Amino acid sequence: MTVHQISVFVENKSGTLVKVLDLLKDAGIQLIASTISDTVEYGIFRIICSEPMRAKAALDAAGVSSSMADVFAIALENYPGTAADAISFLSRAGIGISYLYSFMLSGKGILIFRTDNPEKTVEVIRMHGIATLDDASLLSLV
Amino acid sequence: MENPSFLHPQYESLSRAEIEALQTERLQKTLQQCMKSPFYRKRFEENHISPRDIRSLGDMSKIPFTTKQDLRDNYPFGLSTVPLSEVVRLHSSSGTTGKPTVILHTKRDIEQWADAVARCLYMVGLRPGDVFQNTSGYGMFTGGLGFQYGAERLGLLTVPAAAGNTKRQIKFITDFGTTAIHAIPSYAGRLYEVMSEMGIDPRRDTRLKTLVIGAEPHSEEQRRRIETMLGVKAYNSFGMSEMCGPGVAFECPEQNGMHIWEDYYIVEIVDPVTLEPVPDGEVGELVLTTVNREAMPLLRYRTRDLTRILPGDCPCGRHHKRLDRMKGRSDDMMILKGVNIFPIQIETILMQFPELGNEYLITLTNEDANDLMTVEVELKEFSDDYPKLQALTKEITRQLKDEILVTPQVRLVPKGSIPVTDGKAVRVRDLRKTLI
Repeated sequence: MTVHQISVFVENKSGTLVKVLDLLKDAGIQLIASTISDTVEYGIFRIICSEPMRAKAALDAAGVSSSMADVFAIALENYPGTAADAISFLSRAGIGISYLYSFMLSGKGILIFRTDNPEKTVEVIRMHGIATLDDASLLSLV
Repeated sequence: MENPSFLHPQYESLSRAEIEALQTERLQKTLQQCMKSPFYRKRFEENHISPRDIRSLGDMSKIPFTTKQDLRDNYPFGLSTVPLSEVVRLHSSSGTTGKPTVILHTKRDIEQWADAVARCLYMVGLRPGDVFQNTSGYGMFTGGLGFQYGAERLGLLTVPAAAGNTKRQIKFITDFGTTAIHAIPSYAGRLYEVMSEMGIDPRRDTRLKTLVIGAEPHSEEQRRRIETMLGVKAYNSFGMSEMCGPGVAFECPEQNGMHIWEDYYIVEIVDPVTLEPVPDGEVGELVLTTVNREAMPLLRYRTRDLTRILPGDCPCGRHHKRLDRMKGRSDDMMILKGVNIFPIQIETILMQFPELGNEYLITLTNEDANDLMTVEVELKEFSDDYPKLQALTKEITRQLKDEILVTPQVRLVPKGSIPVTDGKAVRVRDLRKTLI
C-alpha cells in the first residue's frame, strides 16, 4: 500500500538539484517520479526511484541531508473522475492530505500522497477496494 | 599552605592591594620606558603630560589611548623603545584589512611571555608528563609559538602539529597519547566529526583530558557541547598579538571567567562610545596597558574586544580580576534599526536548540531604508515534516526576537551549505547599501 519516498533537503540555489541528480545517476538509479516543493524557507525534493535503499545510502555517503519515509501509492484507471472519487473518500472520512503528486505509468494514473492520519487512510483504501502499489509492483509498471 | 595550582605563588597569591602596588611601581617603569619611543614621546608632548603626572592608577585616565591605527601609522618600528639589536623576535599581523602591524620582543619579553603561558597551563592541571598538541598556525600567528614556548617552559611534551590536516592531527593524538590540545572551538568540533568518521571514540580511544580554546567567540553552550563530545574539560583562553599573544587571561578550574594576569597588564573596561570607564560587571571595551614589557610597551591599548569584569572573588584563591568570555568586538557590533546587536547573542540562542548544527550565518540587507536580518542555520537531522520545520523556525524566530528586539528572518538550511572558511568562521555578512 506504501512505497519508499526519499526527501532531500535542498538549498534554494542553482546547482544543488543537479548535484543530487548526478549522485543518483552515478549510482545507476532510475527516477520514477519526483517533485519539488519550494517555499521561501525550505526546498524539499521528493523522489520515487528504482532502488530507494541504495539511493538513500548514496545520498548519505555524499553527506546530502535527506530522509526516507513510507507514502501511500494508489493506481487508478485512466478515465476522468477517478482521482476525484478517490480523494473524496478520504476527505469525507475527515482525513487531511499533507501533499500529493500524480503521474501516468503504463496507462495507470498513479497518486502518491501523505495524510495526517495513516491508520484511517489504510481503512478507507481497504473499504473502497482502491488498488494500491508497493515498491515492487510500482517498479514492475516502469 | 601554598596553593598547589600556583606555578608562580609570588604573583598568583597577591592580594588586591599588593597587585595594585606592584602595578603602580611597574607602570612608573613602563612610562619611563615609553619615553624612549618616538611615538610616545611625541604623544605625551602633544597632550602636555609627562610620566611625572601619573602617580597612581587613578591617574591612568590622563594617558591617551593607543589604537591599532597608531600601530599601523608607525609601522614597523615607530613604537620600539629599545635598539633593534636588542630585539629578538617580531610578529606581524597579515594586514588584510589595511597596513600591517608589528610587535617586537626582547629576549626578556619572550621569557616573560613563556612564563605567562606556562602559568595558565599549570593552572588547569597540566604537568610534565602531559602531551600538549598545538593546532594553531605557526609563523606570524602568535598562537603557535606562544603556546609552544609556554608549554615547553612548563616541561610538557609539546607537539607543534600546527593547523590543518585533520586526519594527521588525529593520528598524532592516538599515536603520541596526546592529553591536551589547543584549538579554536570550531576546529575542536571538526576534530570530533572526523574522529567519528574514522570510527574513533575520543573517550575510549584517546587520552585527551584538556582542551584549551580561544581566538573565536563562542558561547557556554558550545563549550559544554565540545566537552561532552570529546570527553574533556575545555578552558577558555584569551590573548592577542598586541599583548604578546596567548597567556593574557585564562580560565582557572572554576571555569567561570578568565583571570587576567595583572602583574603583566593593567585592565580597564570603557564604554566604546564615550570612552568613560564602566563599573565592574558592565560590558564595555577592554583596554589594556602592558606593565611587564621592554621592547614595545603599549599604554591604554583599545583592544576592540567587548567583555566585562566578573564582580566578586574567585574560589580558586587568585585575586587577579576575571574577564567574562568575549562578547564580540566593538567593531563587530551590528546596528540594526538602531538596536546594538552582537553575533554572540544570536549564537547563544541557536545553540540551545538540539535540532540545529554549529554553523550559522547572519546576513544584513536593506530595502527601502528598512534593515532586514536573515539568520541561516544548519539543521542537524532533516525529516520531511513541514509543520514541524515551520514550528521550529517560528520558535527560533520568537526567541531571537526576545533577545535582540528585532525580528529576523530565520532559514533552516541543509548541513554543509554554510561555508566554513579556514580559521575563524565568517558569521556576519553586511550587504546593506548606503541609501544616500
